[in-house]
Parts: sequence; structure tokens; C-alpha cells
Amino acid sequence: MLEDHARIAALIDQAGEIVGRKKLQKMVYILQRTGAPFHETYHFHFYGPYSEELSVQLEELYNFGFLAEEKEKKSGTLCYRYRLTESGETFLKRYSGTLPDLTDLTEKLNRESVSFLELVSLLLYFDQLPRESAIEKVHQMRKNCREEDIQRAFVFISALNRTLTAGTAGA
Amino acid sequence: MLLQGRGPLIYEAGHPVWKKENNRDVVILTRSFAKLNEEKVFKDPVHRYIHVRERLIWDLIGTAEFQRLRRIRQLGTTYLTFHGAEHSRFGHSLGVYEIARRIIDIFKYRHDWDDSETLICLCAALLHDVGHGPFSHSFEKVFGTDHEQYTQAIILGDTQIHRLLEEAGDGFSEKVADVIGKTYENRLVVSLISSQIDADRMDYLLRDAFFTGVSYGHFDMERIWRVMRPAGDQIVFKLSGMHAVEDYIMSRYQMYWQVYFHPVTRSAEVVLTKILHRAKVLYNKGFTFHYQPVPLITLFEGEITLKDYLKLDESVIMYFFQVWQEEDDPILRDLCSRFMNRRLFKYVEFTKEILNHFEELAGAFRMAGIDPDYYLDVDSSSDSPYDLYRPGEEGEKQPIKLLMPDGSLRELSQESDVVGSITGKRRTDHKLYYPKDRVLALPDQSIAKKRICDLLHIR
Repeated sequence: MLEDHARIAALIDQAGEIVGRKKLQKMVYILQRTGAPFHETYHFHFYGPYSEELSVQLEELYNFGFLAEEKEKKSGTLCYRYRLTESGETFLKRYSGTLPDLTDLTEKLNRESVSFLELVSLLLYFDQLPRESAIEKVHQMRKNCREEDIQRAFVFISALNRTLTAGTAGA
Repeated sequence: MLLQGRGPLIYEAGHPVWKKENNRDVVILTRSFAKLNEEKVFKDPVHRYIHVRERLIWDLIGTAEFQRLRRIRQLGTTYLTFHGAEHSRFGHSLGVYEIARRIIDIFKYRHDWDDSETLICLCAALLHDVGHGPFSHSFEKVFGTDHEQYTQAIILGDTQIHRLLEEAGDGFSEKVADVIGKTYENRLVVSLISSQIDADRMDYLLRDAFFTGVSYGHFDMERIWRVMRPAGDQIVFKLSGMHAVEDYIMSRYQMYWQVYFHPVTRSAEVVLTKILHRAKVLYNKGFTFHYQPVPLITLFEGEITLKDYLKLDESVIMYFFQVWQEEDDPILRDLCSRFMNRRLFKYVEFTKEILNHFEELAGAFRMAGIDPDYYLDVDSSSDSPYDLYRPGEEGEKQPIKLLMPDGSLRELSQESDVVGSITGKRRTDHKLYYPKDRVLALPDQSIAKKRICDLLHIR
């Protein structure tokens, strides 16, 4: 019961704080694609993978009083800053072990910019295509995408996969 | 190359049939692009008539994969709440096609449309839901399937639909799949099929309102079409048409709370999910069914092929629910009887208080001999496949934009007080479902009964 909500709460708890719904969306997607137990359904939504289910789950966590949400302006656009409330922490205590310790990975993702995480998500979304076709798709979906960012995203993805393999081996 | 190992498509009693010999390929290649000699129409309660002029569209409708949609209800378990809601995904798919066709006509008349995209767009409109299975949402929850992935697989895989699409040109099927997957380069085409106001939603809102018989949910679709304007990669709406758009948003809001998220429908969905879950658990435990679920075996084993998936429909599933009422497993038997005879679960609001005592509640159920894994569940708004309009403040989603007289664009809820007030207040809902009849049937001196009644405030 509410395990999926608990996993999202646990993620925010491990990250300490996540700024931006879009960032949260991308973080959960990337973690899901690298094998973390998130079950939210993602579909392509104009700019990349997006989960309506996750958006509503965030609202639900907020309405339960488990999430604190602060509105702020970040470079002209509105942004939401998320962290767990005290009752959110109590809620989370009931679900120990529902999400493995992903702190390192989560912090690594949280340090990146939203637009970089968007690019990583896009490449992961098209990862069943040959690399050239995936890059072509990325250019179609994101005008003005720089080649060096794409290369960095590829490096980032293979590093993610390594972290995860190492993590599971150690567990 | 286009027709490897398969003969041409011929018509027998109005249905396309693949003929064995392979000597008229060239004829067929041109035929896909061809117009029908005579326009075909389907009578439709929402659009009056669905008009088909292209042979390709007509042929696609005739394929086995598309005809299968006749046996899948548009609204799943909603017929248990609104008995009129027996309409199928077949009718909806035709409706989306018809809306796309009419909007394209309007755009073409204003020279706002690239005609080379027309056939791709019409095919995508027609086929956007072709991957739906029986009671899709519950299936997805229990078996981890994804109907959008099956849509892609049907369009790109070894199917009649794929072969027909490829006859329209090399890579044509991929283009159609990309439009439906929302990764097609021409965003205008994508927006027509899937965006905050698209052909899909316009059709299902009106169709679902019609068949459920609810009196809200109507809006002036033709007025909306007339104020739609392509603007770069999205469709925007002239300010003068704002009230028609407001009506559409209100319709979405009403249908969401009154129909799509109706607690009785959700209860049926919970029971359905539990049946599937129980059947899967039993199968994996080696349980001997009186009625072997042969068509479901690969699904239970987690390796269903496209071919097997296409054999499933709601008639097949309902057959098993009907006969499983005679199985030896008391849980499966009872859940199936509940579904078939509409003895659904009752519900209470799932409050923080219940959340805090959930283990105790589940314990009391166990003590009373009612397995909480199958007879106690929370259903949340996030479990519904439908959504409400949201402005999408961080640009995660494309909002509805109004075209102002000075040419600038404004997000709808900024201009419309009506939309602003229903999008401003975010509302979520959680309910706890349980078999009240079983609880009430417990002996009065039962401690478990007293505990359950206290926790759920049953008097």
C-alpha cells in the first residue's frame, strides 16, 4: 500500500532536497532506466519522457503533508523546491528498505542541471536505436543541442551503468 | 521487397484477405495511395458519419488487429457503473480518425497544412490505440505490460497492419509509429493526435459522455476546430474561441470526477486487479485449474509474445472470470463471483488516521480470515490513466495557449478565470476498498470485527 509513494519520498529524503519538478521527473526516469525499483509509467511528452503518474503522486504526497513544496523563481521560470516534512519522515519509517540506498547516484544526478538530465533521459529513451539515429532524434527533439553535451551525456550514462553494476555487486 | 513471401490483398465479402500468389506487387503498391472508387461511411452516434476515402485507411480498418478493438471496451469496467458504457475502442479509433480528418480539411482550406503529412496523420489517428488489450490498465498494473509499447509493436512488427503501412512506402510504418509515440519530427502532426486538446481527447470525452448518458461533458467541438491555429510546432487557439475551450476543460474536469474516477468503477477495477493477481499467483504455485487459462499462460510467465497478446480480448477474459467461479480456490472463486455479479468492494476515504493504523487494520483482517492481500487496497488518483488539465508551470508539459489579438501567446489559465479556478486548486483522492459484506458477516463477538469497524468507522 502506497509503496510507490514511499519510494519517491525515500528518493527525496536521500537527495535531501530536489529543486524542480522537471528535475525530479528526469531523476526518477534515469534511475528507473538504470534498474532502480520505480514503477511509474513514462511516456514521451514533447520534450522527453514524462510521467503523469509521478506528477500526481507528488501532489498526493504534498496533500498528505509528507512533502514541503516551496515555489521559487529560478532564472525567470517558476520552480518547486521539494523536501520531506517531519510527518513525511515518520511515513517513510514504515517502509524501511523499500528503496535501496542510492545516495551516491542520487547526489550525482542532483548535482547536474535540468537540461543535462533532460538530454540524458532523451538518449536513454532512444537507446534501442543505433547511436547515430539516437543522436539524430535528439537533434530533432532539441534544437540547438551541442555535440559536446551529447558526448558528455554518453559518458555519463556509461558511468551510471558502472556505478549500478558495482552497487549491485556489493549488495 | 515490399511483399516478401506474401501475395496481394484481395477482398472477400468486404474483408481484406492475403492471397497466396505473388505476382501483382506493383499494382498493390499504387493501390495503397489510391482513393476508393466511392467514399465509404460508417454511421456514428457522435460524428454522425465517419468518412473514408483512402484505400489504405479502409484496408487498415479491415485488418484482424484493428477488428479486435471491437472486443475491447473503451471504458473497461465503467459499464458496471454506467450500463450504457459498452462502447468499444473500435468506435473511438474511428472517431479520432474522423476528427483528425476534419481538422486537416480546415487547415488545408487556410493553406496551413503540409499535405504530404495527411496520410501519416490519418493512419496515426486511426491506430493510436491499437495496442490496447482487455482491461488494459489493470493488466498493466499486474503484468507490467504497456499498451503504448504494443501499439508500436503492432505497427512495426509482423502484422497485417505493418504490411499495409509498408505498402504506402518504405519507412511509412515508422513514421506512423513515431507520430503515435510523440517523437515525430513534425510536432504539429503530433499535437493534432496528442496534446492538451487533441483529436483523441475530443473524441473520447464526447463519446464517453454520450454512452454513459451523463448530461455534462459536452462542448462545441466544431467551434474549437475553427479557432485552432498552427503556430510553429504547436496548435494555439484564437482568443475569441476561449469560451469553447473553457467548456472543453470543464468537460474534462466533470468527466474525470464523475465518470473516469467514479468510486464504483474504481472498485470494479480493484476487484479485477485482484483476480488477475490471484490467478497469476495460483498458476505460479502449480495450482490445477478446472479451467486452464491457456491464453494467459505466457502472460503469467512474463514472456508474452505479440501473437499471443493479439489473441486476448475482453470476451476471453470474461469467459475465464465466468468459469473460475467454480474453481476450488476460495479467493479466486469469490473474487470472480464478485466481479461477474457486481458484488464489488465498498470504500471509505483513506485518511491519515487509517494510514497510521494500517498494520493494525491488516492484522484484524487476517485475524478474521479475510486475506488483506486480496481484500484490502488503496486506490489513488495517481492510479487513474486519466488526467486533468494543468498549466505545466515548469514546462514539463505543453500547456494550452491562446493567440491574443496582438499575436502574442498566453497560457489558458492566465486568461480564463474559470480554468484558473479549477486548475489552481489541486485535488487528489485516496480510497480504501474492502468487502463490507464479509466484515458485517463476522460474528458480533469477534474482536477482529470490532477493531475493523472502529478503524473504518463502520456502524
